[in-house]
Amino acid sequence: MERMPKWADVILTPLISLVLAFAISALVILAIGESPVEALKVMVEGALLSSYGWGYTLYYATNFVFTGLAVMVAYHAGLFNIGGEGQAAIGGLGVTLVLLYLPWPHWALALPAAMVGAALFGALWALIPAWLQARRGSHIVITTIMFNFIAAALLNYLLVNVLRPQGSMDPASASFPPATHLPKLSDMALGLGFEWGKNTPANITFFIAIGACLLVWLLIWRTRLGYEIRALGKSEPAAVYAGISPTRIIVIAMLISGALAGLMAINNVMGEAERLIFNAVEGAGFIGIAVALMGRNHPFGVFLAALLFGFLYQGGGELALWTTIPRELIIVIQALVILFTGALDNMVRMPLERFFMAMRKRGGA
Amino acid sequence: MTARSGAENMAPAIELRGISKAFGPVQANKGIDLLVPRGTIHGIIGENGAGKSTLMSILYGFYRPDSGEILIGGKPIAITDSLTAIRAGIGMVFQHFKLVQNFTVLENIILGAEDGPMLRTSLGRARAELKRLAEEYELQVDPDALIEELSVGHQQRVEILKALYRQADILILDEPTGVLTPAEADHLFRILRGLRDEGKTIILITHKLREIMEITDNVSVMRRGEMVASVKTAETNPTALAELMVGRKVLLRVDKAPARPGAPVLEVRDLRMVDADGVERLRGIDLSIRAGEIVGIAGVAGNGQTQLLEILGGYPEPGAKLAGEITLKGQPLALKGSDARARRRAGIGHVPEDRQVEGLIMDFTAWENVAFGYHDAPEFQNGLMMDNAAIRADAVGKIERFDVRPPNPDLASKNFSGGNQQKIVVAREVERNPDLLLIGQPTRGVDIGAIEFIHKRIVALRDAGKAVLLVSVELDEIMSLSDRIAVMFDGRIMGERLPEQTTAGDLGCLMAGVAPSDQDAEAGA
Repeated sequence: MERMPKWADVILTPLISLVLAFAISALVILAIGESPVEALKVMVEGALLSSYGWGYTLYYATNFVFTGLAVMVAYHAGLFNIGGEGQAAIGGLGVTLVLLYLPWPHWALALPAAMVGAALFGALWALIPAWLQARRGSHIVITTIMFNFIAAALLNYLLVNVLRPQGSMDPASASFPPATHLPKLSDMALGLGFEWGKNTPANITFFIAIGACLLVWLLIWRTRLGYEIRALGKSEPAAVYAGISPTRIIVIAMLISGALAGLMAINNVMGEAERLIFNAVEGAGFIGIAVALMGRNHPFGVFLAALLFGFLYQGGGELALWTTIPRELIIVIQALVILFTGALDNMVRMPLERFFMAMRKRGGA
Repeated sequence: MTARSGAENMAPAIELRGISKAFGPVQANKGIDLLVPRGTIHGIIGENGAGKSTLMSILYGFYRPDSGEILIGGKPIAITDSLTAIRAGIGMVFQHFKLVQNFTVLENIILGAEDGPMLRTSLGRARAELKRLAEEYELQVDPDALIEELSVGHQQRVEILKALYRQADILILDEPTGVLTPAEADHLFRILRGLRDEGKTIILITHKLREIMEITDNVSVMRRGEMVASVKTAETNPTALAELMVGRKVLLRVDKAPARPGAPVLEVRDLRMVDADGVERLRGIDLSIRAGEIVGIAGVAGNGQTQLLEILGGYPEPGAKLAGEITLKGQPLALKGSDARARRRAGIGHVPEDRQVEGLIMDFTAWENVAFGYHDAPEFQNGLMMDNAAIRADAVGKIERFDVRPPNPDLASKNFSGGNQQKIVVAREVERNPDLLLIGQPTRGVDIGAIEFIHKRIVALRDAGKAVLLVSVELDEIMSLSDRIAVMFDGRIMGERLPEQTTAGDLGCLMAGVAPSDQDAEAGA
């Protein structure tokens, strides 16, 4: 017997968590002598009440969809992939190599190739931790964290010593050729005859992210591989009994996870920066963990959670721009949301379950 | 506290009046009355899902009853949580132990009952108390051993000691012998009798009639949430109790025609296995099973049966070294580089010993589990996708034919009772019509009605000309179901017997490793 209705589980619980997180954020803002109402107004106006705000919110959300899906796929196999940050960074390297060293006549041809590069590099970066976990029992949480640092160090070296154009002081690659620039959502809107989100980075990758959500959903709940991934994630002895090879599934699940994280580079490297810069991922790999947790490891949930975090990112940026609230406080608010929706999930869930049990009893009596 | 002066308090240890508890539309307990006199062992039996566990959870404060009254020692009491229950002198030994694996026995005993912030005083007091209890009740356990190093039987003793250390007067044991070897169970019963003779009251929840008859003074029978009878054990018999439990007549013996064995299906020659720790688990197993024959492997758990099943099932534990020869219908089976998938394709079905850990994914729905292990079968594929509609339709049929209750394929497997979970596993493996069925502990934790059903299915498979390898620690089950019995001890087959030509005593000797003089099983050692 379910303890509470599904809608309460999926919608009400995260919503209450969110309200709690915002309430405490409000207290913190009050404590530093600012107005929480004013802050909320700035955030909502800056992120949601203009097409400009939406342009940024959707751009950030696109990043988080990819890293969230990456965490989610690994989670279903019982693996905690904390390495999204590194995998996305190395995915960026893949995109850069494809776009800089091969001639592309048109973005429509460059895009699939860049996607392959991003996914391949991200997957390869996840392969070593996966193999170590599957064959040597080295814990994937530890190894993926270490690989984040290795990725950062590797990119640092490559950007400074290999990819940096002669004469440039900036640790970044050369800009990608104009033919490979992806259409922005604003361009597409103009093509349809109206102005939307001028000068915002949201681009065609947003639709690829939606496609990725659908494909991941199909993979996990409609394919044999997804069935085996879920079986392994729930019980390894049972998987072995059923003839499912844990080594194989761990490696495959991590390859898919790494590929998804790597695909984020299409959005930020190819779509926005149009060159590879240092620390291009900006923590999106870690936000992906919160997005997957809050999205209850379902692609639809991941999508909604990514939108929320996109809003927080963009709204937070506006807050730093227009108020005296220090930039660091935005990180506090984001951390509170992660804390309440992820780590303290049960704090809300359990009283809520009790409430629904009591309601049901009254209804049944 | 342990032995209260008798006459001062002659009120029953526990009295329940009209206890009712519903979970949504399910009435788990309906107006339960129960009277447990002080200083007795009181058995509560019933099929899985009869409401025994709910009732005990109410008594231990996990659930609040919807209505009714609880009296402990004659005084009404509201048990709001387990702390209240402990203060009222109730101790509970759960089926699945609640011990910290990497704590010592002593640390586990004082856990939650420390005298103060510093552990030293509590540990000293506990050590002294443990010594006293050990002497008094045969409850010897090394206080400094880590839990993970103890056998299951010893872990259970720690649970009992935990309750006694908290000065429990009433001890509730939930299916205590499910995980014990016969010798350990006997020892447990001696401990329980000792405790009773000291004036403690013991409630034993079980569905094993033999245990009820052997150790209890009184017995109450539950069926579908109701208490249908409470009698003195001396005045009843197993058949009557079984009928009360199920609500109809039950065949305790398996009704089967003589076997008509055909050609050999499985041949095992000199199978040896050394596990990853270098321990020799199988020391040269020779075994042959013919078509239309059930071969039962008797033996105390832990003598290599699990390893034998895992090797035949295609998944020996990682790092194990194997030697020997296995053939299925004349075809040699690979010892190395094989997996369970290949064995299924070769025609071996496998009902594993532990359905909750291996046989089912507890979080999967019933229909997902009905395909488990066969999810790569061609009829379940639809291009790149799995044909979930076909799997579900297949599951609905199996659920109906095996009378799985509730017949809801979308219910998570963990929400079925033990017997119905086992029916899902058996349905899945048997209906694939394997040439050889491996079946381990087919009726562990399964209620009587389901046992009868599962036994019938195994016999039907045999009568259809298939080979069955049965591994069970229940000697009754081995004796009544097998056409031939092989006894395992310490990784060897100690001897083979025909069920009609042997006795429990004879098998017991073999199970203990005592070979009759005319056998040369020891010669090779």
